[in-house]
This record gives sequence, C-alpha cells and structure tokens, in this order.
Amino acid sequence: MTTETNPKTVEPAPEHPVAGVPVPNKALPLLRTEKLMLNMGPQHPSTHGVLKVVLELEGERIVKATPVLGFLHRGVEKLAEDGTYHQFIPHTDRLDYVCAMYNNFAYVRAVEKLLDMKVPERAEYLRTIVAEIQRIIGHLFWLGTQALDIGAMTVFFYTFREREVLLDFFDDLCGARLTTTWYRIGGVENDISPKLIDHLYKFLENFSEKLDEYNALLETNRIWLARTKGIAVISAEDAISFGLSGPTLRGSGVDYDLRKYEPYGAYDKVQWEVPVGKNGDTYDRYWIRILEMKESAKIVKQCLDQLPQGPYMVEDPRVTLPQKDKVFTNLEHMIRQFKLFTQGFNTPPGEIYCGTEAHKGELGFYIVSDGSGKPYRLKIRAPSFVHMGAFDYMARGYMIADIVTIFGTYDIVMGECDR
Amino acid sequence: MGVGTLDGEGGLVTTTIEQAVNWARKGSLWPLTFGLACCAIEMMAAVSARYDIDRYGAGVFRASPRQSDLMIVAGTVCRRMAPVIRKIYDQMPEPKYVIAMGSCATSGNIYNSYAVVQGVDRFVPVDIYVPGCPPTPEALFDGILKLQQKIMKQKVFIKSPILGATKV
Amino acid sequence: MHPNAEKIQARFPEAFLSAKEWRGDLAVTVKKDAIVPVGRYLHDDPGMDFDYIVHVSSVDYPEDPERFEVVYEFYSIRRRERIRIKARVTEEDGSIDSVTGIWKGADFMEREVFDMMGIRFNHHPDHRRILMPDEYDEGYPLRKDFPLAGKGWRDTFEFITEGSHKKTT
Repeated sequence: MTTETNPKTVEPAPEHPVAGVPVPNKALPLLRTEKLMLNMGPQHPSTHGVLKVVLELEGERIVKATPVLGFLHRGVEKLAEDGTYHQFIPHTDRLDYVCAMYNNFAYVRAVEKLLDMKVPERAEYLRTIVAEIQRIIGHLFWLGTQALDIGAMTVFFYTFREREVLLDFFDDLCGARLTTTWYRIGGVENDISPKLIDHLYKFLENFSEKLDEYNALLETNRIWLARTKGIAVISAEDAISFGLSGPTLRGSGVDYDLRKYEPYGAYDKVQWEVPVGKNGDTYDRYWIRILEMKESAKIVKQCLDQLPQGPYMVEDPRVTLPQKDKVFTNLEHMIRQFKLFTQGFNTPPGEIYCGTEAHKGELGFYIVSDGSGKPYRLKIRAPSFVHMGAFDYMARGYMIADIVTIFGTYDIVMGECDR
Repeated sequence: MGVGTLDGEGGLVTTTIEQAVNWARKGSLWPLTFGLACCAIEMMAAVSARYDIDRYGAGVFRASPRQSDLMIVAGTVCRRMAPVIRKIYDQMPEPKYVIAMGSCATSGNIYNSYAVVQGVDRFVPVDIYVPGCPPTPEALFDGILKLQQKIMKQKVFIKSPILGATKV
Repeated sequence: MHPNAEKIQARFPEAFLSAKEWRGDLAVTVKKDAIVPVGRYLHDDPGMDFDYIVHVSSVDYPEDPERFEVVYEFYSIRRRERIRIKARVTEEDGSIDSVTGIWKGADFMEREVFDMMGIRFNHHPDHRRILMPDEYDEGYPLRKDFPLAGKGWRDTFEFITEGSHKKTT
C-alpha cells in the first residue's frame, strides 16, 4: 500500500461544503425563496448514457439529487436463466461495454469456481495481460470523457489516440474492438501471437511518456484543479458503508483491492502496488487512476517477460470442445460437441459468489446452480449500480455545475448499472 | 457529386434547385448527441481523431434535438426509454433522418426480454440500418454515406403525405 | 463448522438455522425476524467487523413452502473475510426488515430486490421500484412464473398518436 498525493499540486483546495451537511439559507427575510426542481437527462450529453437525475435546487446549490435508473434495463439476469453457461459470456461483454474483457474475466472466474476448475498457467498469464490492457483502456476512456465533460476537450483526442492503438491489439487478437468474448470457461479462445507481443512491447515502451502528456494538460491546470479538488468528497467510513469500491473507495484512503488481497490470475506472481488516495475527492480519484495505469503497464510488462509455454485452454471434457477433425470422424466426439452446444454442461448444485476487481470496482457474480445446464439464478453485483446509491449523499451541498463532475467521478456506465 | 455540368470558361454550374438543396443538406448533417448503450462508444470513436466523422460533414454533434437533422439511435432501445426517444424525434425539425445503429436498435439483438423493444422502427421511422454489434466506425460511415445517397434522391418540393415519414 | 458460524449460533441460538461451507464460501441461514439483530452484531462486534456490504439478492423457489430466499453478502475490510447470510420469506407475507440503518449501501440493493422479486422491506426509507417504472404493473420479472418476453408491455406504445407513424409490418 502506498499513500500517494501529487507533489506538483501545491495550490490549496477551494472551500466547498461537506457532502451531506445542509447549507444555511442566507437569503434576506423579505425575499420569497422556493426550491426548484430540475430534471437532468435521460437525454443529456454528460450523463454517460441514459441516466436521469431529479435535482432539487436552492439557488445554485443542490439540496437533493434523486437518480432515476432503469432506462437501459435489459433484463440480463432473467436472460441468464434462459441460456447455458457458455451462452452468457456475450451478455457480459455488453454489461460494462467500455471494459468488456474484464467482465468476461469476472464471469468465467465465477463459473470456474462453481466447477472447481484449475486453469493452465499460460492461460492465467494471458488473462492477466489482456485484463490489464482493458483496465488501461477503461481508465483512458474515463480520463478523456471526464475532461471533456469538465470542459477540456483536448484530452479526449489524446487519450483516444492511445485507446485506438490498444483496440487494434484487441482487433487482431479476437476480431472485435469492443464486444470481445475472448475469455472461455477454462481458458481463453486463442493463443497470443509473437507479432501481438511485439505490438504490446512497443506500446509499453513509450506509454509513460504519453501519460506525462495527459498530465501536462491536466495535472496543474487551474480549471481542472478548481473543478476537481474538493468536489464529491466522501470519508472512508461513509465510502465503506455505502459499499463503494475501486478507485472511488481507494480515493478515500481505504486499501481494498481484490487483486492484492484475494489474488487470482497471475497477480500474485508479479510486483505491483495499490495506490491509495487521501482526501477522497475527485482529484485524488483522477490521480489514483493515473497511477493505476502505470501499475497496469508494469504488470503487463512483467507478465509478458514471464509468459510460460503450455496450453491456453484446460483439457476438461465438461467444458472443452473436441478437436474439429475428430468431430467429423468420430461419433463420440460429434455427440459431445452437439451436447455442449445444445445443452451446455451440468454444474454441481450449490451457490457461489466470486468478486473480481474490474477497473470501476468490485464486479461480482452470485450464481445459484440446481445441477442443470443453466444457471438457476445469476445475480450481478455491478459497481456502477452500488455507486449510484451514494450519489445523492455525495451531491448534496455542491453547486449545480459540479453535478457533471460527480457523475464522472464514479466512472459510471449505464449498461452495467441497469443491467 | 453530380451537381451539374461545368460550362467551359464562364465558371457556370447548371443544376436544378432540387439537387442544389439536397447537396447542401447532405453535406451538413448535424447529428444529435444521443448515445444509449455500447454503440455510443463506437460513435464517440468515430468523432475522435483517427476516424474523424467531420470528413462527411456530420461532425457537429448537437445536444439539443431542435438543432439537429440526424438521430443516430446507438444502442439498446428499452421500453422505458421509448417515449423519450419518440419525444426527441418529434422535437427535431424537418427534414429529419434516423439511423438505427447496431443490432439492438435494428431488431433487439440478443435481448429478447420483457424490457427491450424489438427494434426502434416500431415507433420511429428509420432511414438506414447499420448492422453490427457494435458496428465499427467504418460501418457507421458507410451508413452515413448511404444516407447521403438517399438524400440526393429526395424530392424537395412536394408535400409529404405522412408526417414524419421520409420520402425516397 | 466455521468459527464465524459458531459465533452466530452461540449468540443467536433461536434464530440460527443452518450453516454451510462450500467452495470456500460460508453461508449462514437465519430466521427472517432476526435479520436486523444479526446484521447489527455482524457490523458492530469487533470480532466480526463486517463493515462492507457486497450485495443483496434474492432467489425464487416456487415449490418450497417458504418461497423466497433473501441473500446478503458482507465483507470485512480489516479482517479480509466474507460471509453470506440467508433468510427465507413466505409468499403470503413477502416482507423482511430492512438493513439500511446498518449499511447505507443496502438502500438501492433492497429496492432492486423489491423491484425484481417483489419482496417488501419494512422500514425502508424510500420504498419504490428502481429499474422498472413506478407504473409498471405486470408483476416482478425475476420470479420463475414470469415469462421471459413479458406480458405485452414491451410492444405497446401508447404515446404514438394516430397518423403520425409510418406503419411497419
């Protein structure tokens, strides 16, 4: 654990009220005052999708902010009960569509825990590499859109430039840019080629310079500081009570990272640190995300150096597809292939919860199995949804112009929030 | 472009008013900033430096429906969102065009569930369907180019019998 | 039995029903009336210290006499441990006490359970639907007797006025 503050920001934070504390009404007694109701969204450019918020305002101060969710509710949990375990992997892509690989990862880990399955070492390394690349993409996306919402448009073009380089990597790896479906239960879909490894090494070589470029634009930018320092402050105690996770929780100084404390993949085989903030404001969360990108780059570099040889998919007749040439010549293999695709595989009856540290926070899957080939119940613990629970508390007392910053500070994605 | 023929030395262009109006319309399609789900991310990528949607005159994203000509329905259309989409569509001034971007807006995609409308064309007339889940920015550009071709074939000076339906 | 489960049994002998450890997850079933005292104990007792709420969920077993199961998952930031608490609710009663007074984050999670499964939470500060609209009246989607495609709501558009829409087939 390291407690990080940016040494370059010597400027004191502007005075802001603490969230949750009512603002005294300083209006003259002769003047009539009343609260103003303002609907924001669902069609608004900076609500990150289709979120609606009903704001109660006193002048320009927010007295109450009620989020109205469900405009992207697609019934994913119900759909999960209708398909086999394999068929749900494409659905997980579209939960948090900025960060599809990590959703795949969280889901296949949950099913593997249910099956009590061990994944080959090379697969673990490949999973970790791609997941961390996805984390970098997610944070780059956050940085670009958050700066765009606050008013700095330039950063958006810079971060999307690097994002495209990494999306090219995904494109070559699995043929899709956003909805990847690359992880499989028991491994990954295909092996990484030497050309792609070179692609990654080349990217990592000058990635820290690129990070410096973004920081040169924002780090000591007066407008950025004024609009992020002291905005959306939440104390560590409250953040824990609300169930916040990821950079939103670590920004308040709580050292909670599942990659470190419930290690999976290859995270326990490489050297890295968990950056933890101090003030619990938007600026600290920004700084943590920048540091996390550096840590991710470190993890990817080490994993590429250590990448072991071996199979990338487990040899387990329950989940592995038979080889294609055998399917055409051997009756048993053909039946197995047919059964896997039509009925899926049966899981032992029981229930598990498996949490994974996605770039927004703890993404968990709670699966109840009744022994058949379909999940009996599948609950998704989505970080964005839990974060929205704290929105009202964190928005109270701030100016109406800050509401966009407070949306962005969670890195909210509605597909995951509404499911 | 096919606007008309250039008349030798005089620098004259002969064309019909209809063609000139359509040519002007197709070159300044102002889309509405209206992302619903996954496809909105690819729409944003189309705006960014690498793809640069401005090359087709469709880069001036407006936040208000009153200022925009083109609604790109980018993402899953949930039933709860449907009245909002219809209201936004009604608020857009004529002539207005709709691109259904991606499988969800086209047909509901894999979401055959209780909350998802099986295609945005159930309540809003659609001009161009772009397939893909999500479509790449190139696919979106193809849709915009197809829409431009469609605009060039439009009759400008006749009254449309059905309000909201685009004549070809 | 897991030491945490033993502690709960010693503290609440009446309410404790069963404990099961499977794949490293500890699940303790308690009576639904005791959910708030058990939650208070888990949160406040220094030996337990489960200060972080992970999720609140629900499972539907239509054949069972006690039809619904409400599932809570807690985590201890300091002790790095997890626990799952379950409570059964009958269909006729269909209500359980809210734990929002103990974990603030339970607010939205319980609202989601109400919206999706129809289990009411007593003393909840803002007891409304959350993902479906307030006026939605087809029932509770995650119940097993609810059809996947719904009961027709997704295909009715009462907001389209006559003649303003191009009919599609």
